[in-house]
Amino acid sequence: MTSVVLHALPLDQLAQLDPEPWRADLLDRVEQGARPVTLYGTPAPTGAEVFVTAVLEEGPGRLHLSRTLVTRAVGYPELTTTIPALHCFERELHEQHGVRFVGHPWLKPIRFEGGDRAAMNGYPFYKIEGKEVHEVAVGPIHAGVIEPGSFRFMCLGEQVYHLEIHLGYQHRGVEALLLRGDARKLTPLVETIAGDTSVAHAWAYCAALERLAAIELPLEIEAARGVALELERIAMHLAGLAGLAADVGFLQGATTYGRLRTTAINTSMLLCGSRFGRGALRPGGNPLALDGPRLDTVRRALSLLEADLPIINDCFLSARTVQHRLQGVGALTETVARELGLVGMSARACGVPLDQRAAGPGIYGVVPVVPCTEPSGDCWARARLRVAELDASLRWVRGALDRHPAWQAARARLLALAPSHLVIAVAEGWRGEVVHCLETDAQGGLRHYKVQDPSLRNWMGLALAVRGNDISDFPICNKSFDLSYCGNDL
Amino acid sequence: MLFKSLRVRASQGTQYITDLRKAVPNGFRGRPVIAGTPCEEGCTACRDACPTGAIQLAPLALDLGRCVFCSECVEACPADKIAFTPDPRMGARSKEDLVVREGAPAPPLLAASAELTRLFGRSLKLRQVSAGGCNGCEMELNAVANVNFDLQRYGIEWVASPRHADGLVLTGPLTRTMRDAVRLAWEAMPDPRFVIAVGACAISGGLYDGAPGVDRGSHPGERPRAFPDFLDEVAPVLFVPGCPPHPLTFIQAILDLLRIR
Repeated sequence: MTSVVLHALPLDQLAQLDPEPWRADLLDRVEQGARPVTLYGTPAPTGAEVFVTAVLEEGPGRLHLSRTLVTRAVGYPELTTTIPALHCFERELHEQHGVRFVGHPWLKPIRFEGGDRAAMNGYPFYKIEGKEVHEVAVGPIHAGVIEPGSFRFMCLGEQVYHLEIHLGYQHRGVEALLLRGDARKLTPLVETIAGDTSVAHAWAYCAALERLAAIELPLEIEAARGVALELERIAMHLAGLAGLAADVGFLQGATTYGRLRTTAINTSMLLCGSRFGRGALRPGGNPLALDGPRLDTVRRALSLLEADLPIINDCFLSARTVQHRLQGVGALTETVARELGLVGMSARACGVPLDQRAAGPGIYGVVPVVPCTEPSGDCWARARLRVAELDASLRWVRGALDRHPAWQAARARLLALAPSHLVIAVAEGWRGEVVHCLETDAQGGLRHYKVQDPSLRNWMGLALAVRGNDISDFPICNKSFDLSYCGNDL
Repeated sequence: MLFKSLRVRASQGTQYITDLRKAVPNGFRGRPVIAGTPCEEGCTACRDACPTGAIQLAPLALDLGRCVFCSECVEACPADKIAFTPDPRMGARSKEDLVVREGAPAPPLLAASAELTRLFGRSLKLRQVSAGGCNGCEMELNAVANVNFDLQRYGIEWVASPRHADGLVLTGPLTRTMRDAVRLAWEAMPDPRFVIAVGACAISGGLYDGAPGVDRGSHPGERPRAFPDFLDEVAPVLFVPGCPPHPLTFIQAILDLLRIR
């Protein structure tokens, strides 16, 4: 049993409704508590039409799929006003497929993609006018060694009235590239969709492909993948805490979390040759092997992290300066988090216990993960959550290694993929759920590949979190969400 | 608070790598070597397995400017001709020097530049710009300034503004949407200035060569675009291969270039 949430079915078994009943059904299910996971378009045989597929989560690990066929020029009456969590999906549908939406409040492109490259010009930054009003433009190039993106702050004095985030500078065209090569050889590309989330994206891709090829993997391989994924989470949480400490001027935290990250990524490198977990997973198995000497080294690294983390955590979290800078800053309520459809740690820091690992399939059923949550939704909550998740992941890796202390490198050959199938794979990366939707054609080739990084959904969370805050606190807010630009831009 | 801080200090110990020029990362999939043993007749397995077209046959050659170190070629080769070593030293002055050839014993030594050494040997300020980078290269470039690698010990530092920079460090395959910003950053830099291309994406386009969102300028046989090939125009003085490059790959290349011992 695979350890990511999977849902696969032949396309002819996918219920296809007319737009109006499809829309009513969707509204009804969300009303009853279902959570939108994704909503995406697939080109239909006639160029004038687009399949729209909605994926809802109706319980832990339980996905509900529904599909409709809409005419691009007609579309359907927008749902964003009633279900704000769909805003990014409807904007994307409009941008990628030209679907028209009646009454949609804001169809600003997500990433400068699609047929109409000038579309972004139709959505200049909002303007705010009045006395003591000013605007601050940042980007696309920022003042650090980071990815590009454009921010426009509309301020009243030092206070942010509104932040508009304008992305797309990292748009490479991942989804188009994924359809060009052999579907079974895409791992190196998938590992760079968001390069700091290589393992989570690779796992979603591998699990989807393995389901299409009807391959079941032994639990030992799932354990190895889990270790790679948790090491990625540990490394990135350490990187985030180091960044947060640097941004509040707490340099001892920056240097100490930074060097502990080195220990974590060097452990990944020992296992798979890359500090970012690249090459750890391949469809059909893992090139990863774990022998006695390597196991000893990994356990020594875990011991070091277990010993040194509490010392710096205690120093960092008890420092008055740190508390003062993080508490109450960039706060979102649980209601807003749910309305926006935030995922992963951004949601958990607002008290939403959303973690796909807790659905408990495969290795996460054998070595369970209890989702950590924090109630306050501010920068402090996001920092404390990462501290708690570090501890949980370290314990998980220990537990997995105790159960599976040796791995053989193994790689089953993938034969033909099931034709005319749809598979949805959801893996819990360190930022949140990574969603891959793959559709095969009648010959078993890839017909459509929809990639969704958690960042797509969480950027709006950042935009709303900084409202009413001092503009000088933006770097802290930004770092506390720690979102991916290329994961959004694809 | 003081005692907590002292406890952290005691746990931290000494973290910096004493000799960055000799350090070799344990387990790293770095510089490949190609054995001189013959290939199987008509075999094209390694070239077929390569996701970036980095491999040429007869004689076998591997272009580090395209290689993403996925080791699919190693898996595919029936004759065990290709092996990746942990050696991080792979930087080169030209794209030609990035090609690893069959039976070649050692990589060509990176020649120092007397001119760059004179100008920047004691102080070098770098501005990094990502144009489609996946955050792999960006994180490793950040790491060169952490407590382990501490490149600042040589007076080499990241700066926030291109106006303060001597070198532009480019990552990513050069997206269409970053084309103008990259050019603006370059034009904002005062002379003397130079470019370093970091990672397979920046050097050749890597996995994204020919991707719809990437615009590296005109390609042979294509209609010329409004903007000429930026990399041809600025002619990087240094190419740092990897996906992403290890911090030591970047550091050793710079130290070699500036003849810092």
